[in-house]
Amino acid sequence: MKNTILSLSHIKKRYPGVLALDDVSLDFYEGETHAIVGENGAGKSTLIKVITGAIHSTEGEMYFEGKPIYNNSPSKSLQVGIVAIYQEFNLFPFLSVAENIFYGQYPKKQGIIVDFKKMEQETKRILEDLGVDIEPLAQVKDLSVGYQQIIEIAKAVSHKAKVLIMDEPSAPLTNNEVDCLFKVIERLKAQGVTILYISHRLEEIFRICDRVSVFRDGRYIQTMNVAETDAKEIIKIMVNRSLGEQFPKRNCIRGEKVLEIRNLKTNILKDISLEAYRGEILGLAGLVGAGRTEIVRALFGADKIQSGQFLLHGSILKINSPRDAIQAGIGLIPEDRKRQGVLLGMSITENISYAHMKTISRFGVIDQTKDEYEANRYMESLKIKTPSIRQKIKNLSGGNQQKVVLAKWLFTNCEVLVFDEPTRGIDVGAKQEIYRLMHHLIEQGKIIIMISSEMPELLGMADRIIVMHEGRITGEVMRDQVTQEDIMKLSSGL
Amino acid sequence: MKKRTVDWSRYGILFAWIALIIVFSLAENSFLSIKNIFNILRQVAIVGICSVGMTFVILTGGMDLSVGSVIGVSAVGGAIMMSSGFPPIIAVSVALIIGMTSGFINAFFINEVGIAPIIMTLGMMTSLRGVAYILCGGYPVYGIPEEFLIIGQGYLNVVPVPVIIMLIVFVVGYFILNKTTFGRSVYGIGGNAEASRLSGVNVKMIIYKIYILAGALYALAGLILLARVNSGQPKAGDGYEMDVITACVLGGISVSGGEGRIGGVIIGVLMMGTLTNGMILMNVPEFWQWVVKGVVLVIAVTIDQVAKKGRVKASTKA
Repeated sequence: MKNTILSLSHIKKRYPGVLALDDVSLDFYEGETHAIVGENGAGKSTLIKVITGAIHSTEGEMYFEGKPIYNNSPSKSLQVGIVAIYQEFNLFPFLSVAENIFYGQYPKKQGIIVDFKKMEQETKRILEDLGVDIEPLAQVKDLSVGYQQIIEIAKAVSHKAKVLIMDEPSAPLTNNEVDCLFKVIERLKAQGVTILYISHRLEEIFRICDRVSVFRDGRYIQTMNVAETDAKEIIKIMVNRSLGEQFPKRNCIRGEKVLEIRNLKTNILKDISLEAYRGEILGLAGLVGAGRTEIVRALFGADKIQSGQFLLHGSILKINSPRDAIQAGIGLIPEDRKRQGVLLGMSITENISYAHMKTISRFGVIDQTKDEYEANRYMESLKIKTPSIRQKIKNLSGGNQQKVVLAKWLFTNCEVLVFDEPTRGIDVGAKQEIYRLMHHLIEQGKIIIMISSEMPELLGMADRIIVMHEGRITGEVMRDQVTQEDIMKLSSGL
Repeated sequence: MKKRTVDWSRYGILFAWIALIIVFSLAENSFLSIKNIFNILRQVAIVGICSVGMTFVILTGGMDLSVGSVIGVSAVGGAIMMSSGFPPIIAVSVALIIGMTSGFINAFFINEVGIAPIIMTLGMMTSLRGVAYILCGGYPVYGIPEEFLIIGQGYLNVVPVPVIIMLIVFVVGYFILNKTTFGRSVYGIGGNAEASRLSGVNVKMIIYKIYILAGALYALAGLILLARVNSGQPKAGDGYEMDVITACVLGGISVSGGEGRIGGVIIGVLMMGTLTNGMILMNVPEFWQWVVKGVVLVIAVTIDQVAKKGRVKASTKA
């Protein structure tokens, strides 16, 4: 296992105004599962892109199996056996699962005609190995975020990679699916595949990784054997400060009932009724497909419902569109930031005011100064890392984009704020900031509903947790009276 | 970072246009005269006004092939009303209403039925052209009152009235797109309609408004054309959709929506006009003019694309 399969030597990557990678030299051993950790902006994504050839390093060399790689490119690295799975999926929504998995390598009869039968069979086999029940002919756009991630992994598996790079693969998966993922990783390990595993979830790293390398501000800091370290030490090196408690402490003082959902019925939801109180963070737990996002989207007017009522301060709300919801004082920070949260082509400033433009305009005419003033305010208070608020948001890292989305909803001054997976793909330091922000909002009297698939986060932040399973509420528990296993059981319908 | 460095790659089209002017003024003495310059401006006024409407449509990710036919119906309709004795102001209002109604119908089927804009406006283009012919029985309509001709043939000092109208339309269009929440929503919808909806933007309403606005502008252009040729021709505006869309694309408006500035569209319009005018002065045969126009479009967009890739490389962070 001590053969070096991939070696980086003095890699530097410079962009105008920022050194994304600063003299990185690092060796990866054949067959190991190697974790790469670091805050957002530490250089992890840049590193992967250099390894796969998506971008070129400004300086430095790379060696694969002892041989130097010149003029790296995505196709070249793929040929050599390096496959990467990114946070943002590269799937074709209108093609089938099978067509996506085998894209670029369709099995052919007589060299020309695509062998769809074989493709379907192979796809079935790969998916069965992964332990998931997905129809090979299903259109990818009809799958949930969680299942799409699994297709991405299946795609990489089909390319028979020697080095598999995974960038936050478990982020959109629930605990069940993460277990599947890890089973696959174990299988790949047995075959001698080297895995580079980038993740913010330290507990996962301790489950499956052999070594862990820490990056900070574009610099490679050090590598440790996983067996010889612990989460506290890793975090300390990542942020160069010890974090103490992972979740800010808070005494929950429950106030009056503010929000009520009565007998909500949709395609997926069977008959949902719940209440939210002032002073209390309400958590929604459950597996992918349980209906958590469906409830909040119905509340937000994003989806049509069959029947049901929403009450705010005792009066029935008439919500037919997100516009109505925002006017009623309800905001939704969506699960899928790229598709639903940000306007990639617009600047940070424009994104922040987008849901409440009347505040920065008079009679429809925009007050540019006020717009930028407000954007600056949020940039500072949320510590959004960018050289300028006029930057197009697509140039920001995932974590910073999420902060802009948060800023957008804070700007609307909604009374009810729903967070759907608020810290997905965000580094430890930023997570802390968001948790503190949520507590601050509660103190201000806001109502917070939080959907999270991260058990520690749910137990750390939510005061009361409602658990769902296949469209029904299976349990309601208080934070200090429940364990992770209890929630898991309720999520599985037991 | 307060320093604003000039991004030369954005001005590719502008340079191409200036190069064209240089070429033509060297080839033909009469090209660079005041008379000819205003000639060009007046020629492009009609396409120019339509392109402002088209810009709004394409920015939201839509498309409008009905422009030429709205011009036709507006010209014929206005001519019939005025030759029947209605005061010009009534005829103008009716023509504008026809244009707006056409836009409304387009938007209705696009919004509520979900027909792709290019298909819906294609249908509108065909049937409206038929309506134009039906209204006038196939024959041009004469008898336009003198006072109406001003908007097509009149001058304010040395500046032709159509040019003034075009400038006003561009200025108002610029203001709406860049300084109002409506304009920002237009860009937002083109960039990501779903994220816009989830941010509380009334996407359907804005789609209605832009198609209606575009329809009104096309109708206005039709009236100016009517005044210019002093007759309501059922064939008026035929084929204009190509010139209008080309001008927008040349000007940097992305057909996938959400990207492009109206300033570029002015250049696109001027570029097309300059090209046509120069070729006529040089006695280039008509069929060759078409070839040249098509080639110029492809070259200009290629330059723009290459420049855009250069911009992306420079500003992308991991």
